[in-house]
Amino acid sequence: MFYQLEFEKPLTEIDDRIREMERKLDRGGVAGAPPGVTPEAVALAPDASSVRTELDRLQAERTETLTRIYANLRPWEVVRVARHPNRPQTRDYIGAICRDFCELHGDRRYGDDPAIVTGFGRIGPHKCLVVGHQKGKDTTEKIRCHFGCAHPEGYRKALAKMRLAAKYRVPIVTLVDTPGAYPGLGAEQRGQAEAIAVNLMEMSRLETPIVSIVIGEGGSGGALGLAVADRVAMLRNSWYSVISPEGCAAILWKQANEQTNAQAADALKLTASDNLELGIVDAVIEEPAGAAHRDPKGAASAIERWVVAQLDELVGKSNETLLQERYDRFRKLGAYEELAAEAGEDTPSPSVG
Amino acid sequence: MTQAATRTWADLKRDDGKKSAIPEGLWLRCPSCAQMIYRRQMEANLHVCPECGHHYRIGALERVRQLTDPGSFQAMFEGLMPTDPLKFRDLKTYESRVRAEQIRTGRNDAAVAGVGFIKGRQAAICCLDLTFMMGSMGSVVGETLTRTIEHATKENLPLVVVSCSGGARMQESGLSLMQMAKTSAALARYDDAGGLFISVLTDPTTGGVTASFAMLGDVIIAEPKALIGFAGPRVIKQTIRQDLPEGFQRSEFLLEKGLVDRVVPRHELRTELSRLIDYAGK
Ligand SMILES: [Zn+2]
Repeated sequence: MFYQLEFEKPLTEIDDRIREMERKLDRGGVAGAPPGVTPEAVALAPDASSVRTELDRLQAERTETLTRIYANLRPWEVVRVARHPNRPQTRDYIGAICRDFCELHGDRRYGDDPAIVTGFGRIGPHKCLVVGHQKGKDTTEKIRCHFGCAHPEGYRKALAKMRLAAKYRVPIVTLVDTPGAYPGLGAEQRGQAEAIAVNLMEMSRLETPIVSIVIGEGGSGGALGLAVADRVAMLRNSWYSVISPEGCAAILWKQANEQTNAQAADALKLTASDNLELGIVDAVIEEPAGAAHRDPKGAASAIERWVVAQLDELVGKSNETLLQERYDRFRKLGAYEELAAEAGEDTPSPSVG
Repeated sequence: MTQAATRTWADLKRDDGKKSAIPEGLWLRCPSCAQMIYRRQMEANLHVCPECGHHYRIGALERVRQLTDPGSFQAMFEGLMPTDPLKFRDLKTYESRVRAEQIRTGRNDAAVAGVGFIKGRQAAICCLDLTFMMGSMGSVVGETLTRTIEHATKENLPLVVVSCSGGARMQESGLSLMQMAKTSAALARYDDAGGLFISVLTDPTTGGVTASFAMLGDVIIAEPKALIGFAGPRVIKQTIRQDLPEGFQRSEFLLEKGLVDRVVPRHELRTELSRLIDYAGK
């Protein structure tokens, strides 16, 4: 069953008319035609051809409407698309992009968190390690994956496999799709904060190229824990921010509802364009008309093209250059002013204590 | 479930039912032992309850005063000022919130950094300031700390960071998040250079601060009974729909779970720091 978003309503009418035309064609076709009339003859009949013309027109109108709707989404609507139940997830992309995928399990410490998938695979001409959040497609998988909210063992598994990749200078591709790291008793007592922190520190110095793509939700530290990379991109209909709109609305607007969630989504500047402008991501990967859930294959090839292009550039760099550029990439992020008197100064000024 | 774990500083504010992070007044009732405490006496006792040892929250300048040898601390990077890169607006504008905090506290933002001596050992020091927007980390805190780490790396100094924070600052959104990566990357280089980073966790240390530099210490020390965690207790309670066990996410709990090296009362902190600096030969 296809889940329809509120702002996709204008499509419903067009879809109804398309179905009506298709029914007409069917009736004029093999099923309803008198015996002895070939489908070709039916298709060539004047009535059928005018229906076909109308159908083509409607299809074109549908594509145009879809493109227009998706080109003008509000940030809160983007969040809804990023959470669409049919949106492709890490395992879908691995299936579509990776040849000869070899999954690797477990953190060798505590367990194997299904909310983060890791394994070797070939993407275009590159051998890679793929690491990605998995939210789960059906109810059973969703519960097993905690809806994409990873536990410390997930982050530790990711780091263990990334270290393995770095040992052989196999490039790393990470796919980010999480509402946030899991907030629970076990996660806390097993060191959720430490697990993420260590990933941030270690990813900054792993001696192999790393590229990251936010494919759906980029929720806070849980997302960043897989996204310290040489290049970071976002799919057009993904979001990336320090907190979810609902979390932000609950705190700053004192309540989370449709209206405040939308206001928080606006304020947080969480869309792909916003993050590109802030320098937080390096590229926006366009999705097929009407977003990735309508054409997972199309979205997958867009991701594949971007990954291959980045790795083509990165694999030839020396580790020294790679790590320096990765450091500089994050080092420059932030917005502040510096009072002229002390600008550039790094020698101690008079005591305050 | 979809609420990110960073919504912690409001948790803390609400849980305390107070507007200010640090209580005011000449006399105060100790929240731990319920005794009436004469403020002066408590303050002279390093802001620790003389009756029960409850550790009151303190601002960054007071922390620096307590840790460093008198007159030895020299502040650095004080010219860094927050801006409003997102033109963030909730019920109030970020700009007005920052200005109000600056006027109330007399500080530019939520970190104090510099070099000073701890019982004669020179160290780079950065203390977060809970009194300024709950010690939340935006670009200025991230930049101040990163410069402090880089300074310690360059000068081969031990590094002491005292954390107390509600986490990343929402009003700078993605840029706040990036401070987690920036500070952690700087610590990686400091580590490569053989530096000694002592991370001191105080009440409360949560969210993006815990999930970055605060948990990356070569040695991690916690003050007694400090709330330390990734997600705020409120978010966890909402997620798991059950009450949290007694002492959950407190220093002693973290010690038991193997997440911190030592729980050290405030009176012993200077001695502990100087002793660790000696052991590392810094
Ligand atoms: Zn007391």
